[in-house]
Amino acid sequence: MATPKPRVKVPSKATKGETITIKTLISHEMESGQRKDKKGNIIPRKIINKFTCTFNGQPVFSCDMAPAISANPYLEFTAKVMESGTFTFTWADDDGSTYTAENKITVQ
Amino acid sequence: MKLNSILSVALGVVAVGFAGTALRADPVDEKLIIDGEREMITRTAAPPNHPFDEVLSGWLYRTPETRALEADSFQNPGMLYVERGEEVWNTVDGAAGKSCASCHDDAAQSMKDVGAHYPKWNAAAGKPFNLELQIDACRKNNMQAEPYKFDAADQKALVTYIKYQSQGTPVAVDLAQGEMQSWWDNGKDLYYTRTGQLNLSCATCHEQNNGKYIRADHLSQGNINGFPTYRLKQGHMISVHNRFRGCIRDTRGTQPKAFSDELMALEVYVTWRGTGLSVETPAVRQ
Repeated sequence: MATPKPRVKVPSKATKGETITIKTLISHEMESGQRKDKKGNIIPRKIINKFTCTFNGQPVFSCDMAPAISANPYLEFTAKVMESGTFTFTWADDDGSTYTAENKITVQ
Repeated sequence: MKLNSILSVALGVVAVGFAGTALRADPVDEKLIIDGEREMITRTAAPPNHPFDEVLSGWLYRTPETRALEADSFQNPGMLYVERGEEVWNTVDGAAGKSCASCHDDAAQSMKDVGAHYPKWNAAAGKPFNLELQIDACRKNNMQAEPYKFDAADQKALVTYIKYQSQGTPVAVDLAQGEMQSWWDNGKDLYYTRTGQLNLSCATCHEQNNGKYIRADHLSQGNINGFPTYRLKQGHMISVHNRFRGCIRDTRGTQPKAFSDELMALEVYVTWRGTGLSVETPAVRQ
């Protein structure tokens, strides 16, 4: 796919102290750098190498990714929310570009 | 008398031997409910003259992890291609300055259930058309655009998007149209014809040995109700003709070209074998 497109699923509302499930998916070929094209040349590595999630600027979850991770990586994790705010998701690509998504949540 | 009892003992040993060594991968008895809302028909009574009593979706043969991916439309990577297909649907292409949407408007209405009834007889071409051929005809005649190259990314996305509008609808091809019946007959012949150095027919694996392992993989009945399907192996959408060609390659046979008469006949016949199953596009397979 041409431009990687992030998709995020966060509940729009939660109660204070609730543990919510966050699902993320990004379209990305995750080219491992270990394959060769038809002429025998190595296809350069191009993967998402880091994923971070922050809430109102505070880190929530992050991970480094390795070449063996499949195309279109899906990540699911949980977070405990104490106040309303914004989740920011960032995917860092090998080519230096970053892809971001934001989701607001209202805590009652 | 004595000979008889020796024989039955011997047969018993053979039977035990098979039960012990043959690896089974029988279909599970579970329901596919997408997002906890929409139940798919993954098991149904076969149409008349079908070799099986019951037609089963390939979903039932997959691992719990793969089945879970398909059951959640957020997790399903195939949905990325549905979204991409929607963009293609709305993108103007060709000299006539039209997109699919220029004539067909909202695909959610105009294409609803359409994909479940393909391949369809096309009188002008004198052969059955699948969605790919229909799209190409539309592009040529109405949009004045180039037909897609086989398995072009946009072709797969667009077919996935159109087929997705039928998700849940039972597969039903109309064999009464035009000469569909004779193409069905040809497809059936091909299905049972052994090819390649390994001398395998479609039926060898998908009719006689489904529910068993072929190397590390489970053999299903080979129904194509979930195509284009997201295969984890390739990390991409896989079209019906790509899969047909892949299977034929695995027999070490000569692969017919995509959309050739052979493969179109096979598509008519194999689609019919899955009659009554829900369209699952985009399905997720191994």
